[in-house]
Amino acid sequence: MTTTETPDMLHRILDYSSRSDPYPLYAELRRTPVARQDDGSYVISTYRELADILHNPHLSSDVRNLSHPMPSAEAGGTPSFINMDPPDHDRLRRMAMRHFGPPHTPGLVTALEPDLTATVGGLLDDCAGKEQIDIVDDLAYPFPVSVICHLLGVPREDEPRFRVWVNDLINSIDYDPRTDPKQKLDDGVQARQDLREYLGGLVEQRHGRPGDDLLARLANDDGPDGRMTDEEIISTANLLLIAGHETTVNLIANGMLTLLRHPQILERLRGEPDLVVPLVEELLRYEPPVHIIPWRAAYSDVTVADTVIPQGSQVMLMLASGSRDPDRFHDPDRFDPDRSDNQHLGFGSGIHLCFGGPLARREAQIALTELVRRLDRPSLVADPPPYRRSPVLRGPIHLRVEQNGG
Amino acid sequence: MTSADNLRAFRRDGRIVIVGASLAGLRAAESLRAEGFTGSLTMIGDELGEPYDRPPLSKQVLTGWVPAGGTTLPRRRDINAEWLLGVPASGLDLATDHVRLADGREVPFDRVLISTGVRARPWFVESEAALDGVFVVRTREHAEGLQRALAAGPSRVLVIGAGFTGSEIASVCRERDIPVTVAELAPYPLVGALGAMIGEVAADMQRAHGVDLRCGVKVTQLEGDAQGRLRRAHFDDGSTIDADVAVVALGGIRNTEWLQGSGLAAGVWGIACDTGCRAMDLNGLITDDVFVAGDVARCPNPVYEYRLISLEHWANAVEQAEVAAHNMLHGQAERWPHLSIPRFWSIQFGVNIKSVGVPTFADEVVVTQGSVSGHRFVAAYGYQGRVTAAVTFNNAKWLDHYRRLIETAAPFPPPCPTPDQPVDTKPVPVDFPGPTLLAQGATVVVTGHDPGERRVTAAHQHHR
Repeated sequence: MTTTETPDMLHRILDYSSRSDPYPLYAELRRTPVARQDDGSYVISTYRELADILHNPHLSSDVRNLSHPMPSAEAGGTPSFINMDPPDHDRLRRMAMRHFGPPHTPGLVTALEPDLTATVGGLLDDCAGKEQIDIVDDLAYPFPVSVICHLLGVPREDEPRFRVWVNDLINSIDYDPRTDPKQKLDDGVQARQDLREYLGGLVEQRHGRPGDDLLARLANDDGPDGRMTDEEIISTANLLLIAGHETTVNLIANGMLTLLRHPQILERLRGEPDLVVPLVEELLRYEPPVHIIPWRAAYSDVTVADTVIPQGSQVMLMLASGSRDPDRFHDPDRFDPDRSDNQHLGFGSGIHLCFGGPLARREAQIALTELVRRLDRPSLVADPPPYRRSPVLRGPIHLRVEQNGG
Repeated sequence: MTSADNLRAFRRDGRIVIVGASLAGLRAAESLRAEGFTGSLTMIGDELGEPYDRPPLSKQVLTGWVPAGGTTLPRRRDINAEWLLGVPASGLDLATDHVRLADGREVPFDRVLISTGVRARPWFVESEAALDGVFVVRTREHAEGLQRALAAGPSRVLVIGAGFTGSEIASVCRERDIPVTVAELAPYPLVGALGAMIGEVAADMQRAHGVDLRCGVKVTQLEGDAQGRLRRAHFDDGSTIDADVAVVALGGIRNTEWLQGSGLAAGVWGIACDTGCRAMDLNGLITDDVFVAGDVARCPNPVYEYRLISLEHWANAVEQAEVAAHNMLHGQAERWPHLSIPRFWSIQFGVNIKSVGVPTFADEVVVTQGSVSGHRFVAAYGYQGRVTAAVTFNNAKWLDHYRRLIETAAPFPPPCPTPDQPVDTKPVPVDFPGPTLLAQGATVVVTGHDPGERRVTAAHQHHR
């Protein structure tokens, strides 16, 4: 199953010129489900193999288990649970989930719904009358930012500072020493440090002052697992902040782009609001916000599709490719919100399944419903729109839309 | 009913009767309609009311979180069926293709699905079972009654039997801060399903939560007062406890009595069928028009040496229902086999227990991930050097991996280390107690000499 005949396929995918449509390249990549790269890493691109590996206990998310650790902006600081293995991962995720979802906090997302709708409504009010709006700048970015800031307890006025930090951080995630200026990595390291310091200040203020926001609850709660250390709270907050910023924005922007490319489905959604639920699931399959898990480490020799991946190898998981695998999804390149049995990989799977998935779903459902309801005869200004750099968190950097048939 | 034309006509305006209107029956009905069956569909059920979900009855309903009436199964589509509820089926006539109801009505069919399930095994002394305060938990009404009794604040609850249902009920009692005694004949709770190693963990969990757990004992008598209310229980070691509620959790009895004389291979063990869910007759021949699904089915599983296995699992009921429905509407070439690996879950004492495979089909067990003392781990079961099952305590997300190991007959013990390495990785004997169900005596007799004459007859028609 393994060959090295298409080693530059991955480079073509990661190259910015492929950003607007990587899917034909994914199809070529899938011809080798487990592809060894020249640098000794492995790329997995087919659905069954991805689903297997995501549940395989011999894969590690701890960077120390890579035989050739990559340069990363995360180096040094306490990692967040996304970059940890059990049992620490399980403990920290459980402690965070106590304040975020079932069974201890089952009503959180539901209780947020009026706020979500009001926030989207307010942002769209600001667009009323404009002939041209930018779905990213005017809605898809500010909306989830304000939600995650509200949840964590970060003052809204600090948001512009955040935006710079988070941008630098995200840019450094796909840092490639062969092609990128060192500055990109340095900016990421600096941004992470600034963000940690800032969050540390917020956590400190909350000690002994119980409150409803997540930072206050983490800083004061004594659950069965004890209390997180300040370092752990900062890392967790950091993770939720970045994830809350940089993924939902893509889901909403990719969603609106997809609807504008499928006007008959956009029209259906207008008359059939319940369609938004399966529609967002289909988006998570068809145009997901996260395309790639850039690395996992083989903790011991792992066999996938008859290929032995040696201990210490870096394994790259092409989730968006798996969700377009014709061996799993009928007619995978068709956007079909009526699809049944849609077990996409949009939120990953296994123990690292997206922590904020239920919130992201609801945010996207509400944003798309309101966009479709309120925009008058919207049309794309440019197709394809300009994209962000990242091949990992993929989405438009701007999505300009004309309305009123303008 | 073999030609393509016949099959088309049957799908258009045939008559299907489903006996047993619970999870398997409802899902089968939905699948039949989803697969294009437009003929007449009749649902027969002995309980009144809409089909409902049973797993919450020993969990969320007893804590009072969900009302017993709030467990109605969601409907995935309109099934356009005639519902004959509140009257049990009393017979199946395969000569004339009729189901007989207890009130004398007869319902004709072209094909029939049997999904009559299991009922709770009652306390063995009828007068004691009738005492006020003695419960079983199988139906909505049972759960509602027990919930009310728990809400009234009993001085002590006695749970008889520490299988999954009994253990879940004991857990609910502790959650509600009610003193509870659990009596189990075997040496540990859950031991019959999961073996001694896990049984020991389950015993620790119960005691750590304040359960008065008594293993290796038998309840010999439930004693009532003059008003017919439960007061006391006697054990075979001579001891007694005072309790005003007793829950009899001694497993189930398969609802097959109504099939006596039908000629099907039905008995206390269930109704034998092939992997296509077609029922077997007494001779062991597969029938064409009788299908079985759910708790009452006894289906071979190729992964487990083709042994006939009956499972009281939620997912099994759903999957068999879908396979049975599909096969009712298709010819031999397009039939599906029911080949999924069994799985189930339980929640007790704050721990989510999940399992995949058949743990009783094993000779050894090994902890592969996590920590037993922390009650968060994965244990793999092996039979003669291959993986046959796995059980997780608060570690369910790894189960798919173990399912793959079972499906691919991966070697046992699984070799590779994982990040969450347990302290001890040596396999130990699985150690199940002997068969708790005593041999039933002869169930059939064989008659005839020539190959064309050899026949099996049910023993109960000849003896007693």
